[in-house]
Amino acid sequence: MSMPLIFEKSRPGRKAYSLPELDVPKKETSDSLPEWARRKQDPSLPEISEVDLIRHFTELSRRNFGVDQGFYPLGSCTMKYNPKINEDVAALPGFNNIHPYQPEELVQGALELMYEFGRDLCEISGMHEASLQPAAGAHGELTGLMIIKAYHESRGEGEKRTKVIVPDSAHGTNPASAAFCGYRVVEVKSDERGGVDLDSLREVISDDVAALMLTNPNTLGLFDENAVEIAEIVHNAGGLLYYDGANMNAIVGIVRPGDMGFDVLHYNVHKTFSAPHGGGGPGCGAIAVKEFLAPFLPVPVVEKQGDRYVLNYNRPQSIGMVKGFYGNFNVMVKGFAYIRSLGAEGLRKVAETAVLNANYVMTKLKEYYNLPYDRFCKHEFVIDSSRQVKHGVHTGDIAKALLDLAFHAPTIYFPLIVREAMMIEPTETESKETLDAFIEAMIKIAELAETSPETLQTAPHHTVVGRLDDVTAARKPIPRWTPPEE
Amino acid sequence: MDYVPHTNEDRSEMLKAIGISGIEELFSDIPSEVKLDRKLDLPPPMSELELRKHLSELAGKNTTTDDMVSFLGAGVYDHYVPSVVKHIISRSEFYTAYTPYQAEVSQGMLQSIFEYQTLMCELTGLDISNASLYDGATAIAEAATMSSRLTRRQEIIISQAVHPEYRSTLKTYAYNLGLEVKEVPFTDGSTDIEAIKELVSDKTACVILQNPNFFGCIENMALAAEAAHEKKALFVACVDPISLGILAAPGEYGADIAVGEAQGLGIPMGFGGPHLGFMTCRQQYIRQMPGRVVGETRDNQGRRGYILTLQAREQHIRRERATSNICSNQALCALAATVYLSWLGKQGIKEVAEQCMAKAHYACEELSKIPGVERMHRAPFFKEFAIRTPVNPETLSKGLLESNILGGLPLGRFYPELSDSLLIAVTEKRTKEEIDGLCRALEGLV
Repeated sequence: MSMPLIFEKSRPGRKAYSLPELDVPKKETSDSLPEWARRKQDPSLPEISEVDLIRHFTELSRRNFGVDQGFYPLGSCTMKYNPKINEDVAALPGFNNIHPYQPEELVQGALELMYEFGRDLCEISGMHEASLQPAAGAHGELTGLMIIKAYHESRGEGEKRTKVIVPDSAHGTNPASAAFCGYRVVEVKSDERGGVDLDSLREVISDDVAALMLTNPNTLGLFDENAVEIAEIVHNAGGLLYYDGANMNAIVGIVRPGDMGFDVLHYNVHKTFSAPHGGGGPGCGAIAVKEFLAPFLPVPVVEKQGDRYVLNYNRPQSIGMVKGFYGNFNVMVKGFAYIRSLGAEGLRKVAETAVLNANYVMTKLKEYYNLPYDRFCKHEFVIDSSRQVKHGVHTGDIAKALLDLAFHAPTIYFPLIVREAMMIEPTETESKETLDAFIEAMIKIAELAETSPETLQTAPHHTVVGRLDDVTAARKPIPRWTPPEE
Repeated sequence: MDYVPHTNEDRSEMLKAIGISGIEELFSDIPSEVKLDRKLDLPPPMSELELRKHLSELAGKNTTTDDMVSFLGAGVYDHYVPSVVKHIISRSEFYTAYTPYQAEVSQGMLQSIFEYQTLMCELTGLDISNASLYDGATAIAEAATMSSRLTRRQEIIISQAVHPEYRSTLKTYAYNLGLEVKEVPFTDGSTDIEAIKELVSDKTACVILQNPNFFGCIENMALAAEAAHEKKALFVACVDPISLGILAAPGEYGADIAVGEAQGLGIPMGFGGPHLGFMTCRQQYIRQMPGRVVGETRDNQGRRGYILTLQAREQHIRRERATSNICSNQALCALAATVYLSWLGKQGIKEVAEQCMAKAHYACEELSKIPGVERMHRAPFFKEFAIRTPVNPETLSKGLLESNILGGLPLGRFYPELSDSLLIAVTEKRTKEEIDGLCRALEGLV
């Protein structure tokens, strides 16, 4: 059923807000502002009582599915449980009610947390120095590439190195970030085992390559066994190695990107380190680099001088700022709390269990769905619906059918190199019972694809709205509410 | 402490089902020479109790704006955050969800973003809003690259009276994209419109001004827009959404794109983030807009619903030809702003803006009575203004802290030539008593 918009509930004269009586002389806008500075037409904000406001957004929340509502195997997004204690400590007034321009001596706790978090991120990745400024994974990618560019320029090779190599299995943000950094994107093919095809790589590698961006395990959930060789090929040509940390959940405590030869990486703190995704954000895309790239990090950098923490802006080779202030601090608090809860043992257990869970579900499902790359996966795996397509049932239909069974759908139609892909990432926080229930649901859907394909083709049937028309939405966009004509 | 539910029995059953004897076999494809042969060097794990204590200790090392009376602004403002905001954004149906890719089970988030987009269009007087950007600084950078694509021009003109960190961020982005950034000077705190006219040319993609600007001065945006349009460049207005309760909307003075920082709309200062970058634009530019956009549509039974739309602009479809690389945005902050603006409503947004302005003007008048203290600029202002003081502002700020007053931003930090000036912000939260307290404390120091 459709729900009215908050604007449609508005009645002239109602209000939720209250403000103190003005205790200074009122300024008439007509006196203190020239006519050209004044607003002509009032904005039509809704007029609603507080109870109706609360009911409106509460009702909206009931029409939304999060990790707390059920299993969310959205591949590449690491939808693990978001610990409640992290929410509580991040909401402490000592973290929330501080201004970024307060004198350093009044924010030593915040700076200490950032410093320690940066050190933890370096240890976990095998890197030397971190910047917490990027707001999200894609922002971290862009920042990392800017650092790579600054490094090449510092060696007089900026003009020459114009290309960034990206595997065809990469996240869309990789080529987009490279382009946003002014690079030309060269795609390299995957081999039959799902890794980077070394011959294709050797063909495109030359002294005009600035970097190769690699997600490892990649978006197929497969560890690229040739990681070390890939690093050698790129390094020998003078290029640098960028590690997309979206899939760090598979390897924390087991292998470190720095030890595999990568020079810079970004984390998705909102994936690996349990900060919630907030319905799309905010995230934290912290980056960490090897020592030779540290001079190029964005300013400011949090440093420790004696027992004092400072923000250092005086780094002459820095790429500059990539965002206002210091990053999404509140998300850092959650990531830091998570790392400190788990410690080294806990983090390793995260990777081991995430990989165990994925392999368990994969093993159980490969009898019913096509598994294009049949080998041990890491934290996620990709199956496709080629067997179901014969009955007219596509990946999109399977995803919608899962919604009816109270599961979130996997990531679908990605990676692009697998037709009708379904990318399933269970994460480590799901119990065997939950995984078994999901497996059962997927098996049931596979059976329905043969016996009753139309049930799937018209799914979902039990959600608050049915399948939505995305074609018309894109062709004739209605991106805002407008009052009905009187 | 960890959050793994498996018992040993679960684990062995699962290993058996996979057909292996130990978990390490699942990692056999990682070359052993690069595998970590030790434990990570991290402090030992903490129980929930220990963690709460540790984090509370760290938080306790910060002095908060609850402990001081703050007149510090400069892009981040101590506005009141009503209780309703926290209660709604703490609903885990919202905060533990991912991006609403599966629309049928994400109608709550999608509809709230649709409402957010409508609110931002209303406030800015423009046609289209996206679902959010990281912050005010990156929103300016995105507006510049968007303008460059729309005009196929490579030059960005920005006023030196725009927030220094926004300009700094813009320059980082622009440098890497090969865009040239030219800065327009200000005179008496306001952007020099004549200088814009001289600089703008048929190479100019856009002209960017902030209103009120970094010094709190209200700019003559219409004249700047006219100067930009004269050469068919776009005009980008960076605005404070709270000010739009009374100040002219970007749509009213001819802006093509409006951007800004919406932290003031129900989001805590939080040491600088997460905040809320926003962007709205005219209808004809919709397909070059960066970031997610939610649109209304119908389901297979004709019922109204909402969906992520125009995705052909975005990185997951368009890859290196996308309008931006942005993926995760600031969705939960946009929800906070939606709740906040709904709480204020049509009257509240006006009243909060009027109170800010009245209190800031009262503070300015009272401060100006102190011998040797004067407002620096003559332009009209809203909630922030700069004063010149006979004592070094850094010394002054330290002195004010003795009276538990966070006394504003010494401008020398960003403008060495203004090292005798202090930027003071006054929101609706400040009382007459607190303002009088500032005046008394300051008078004692000069």
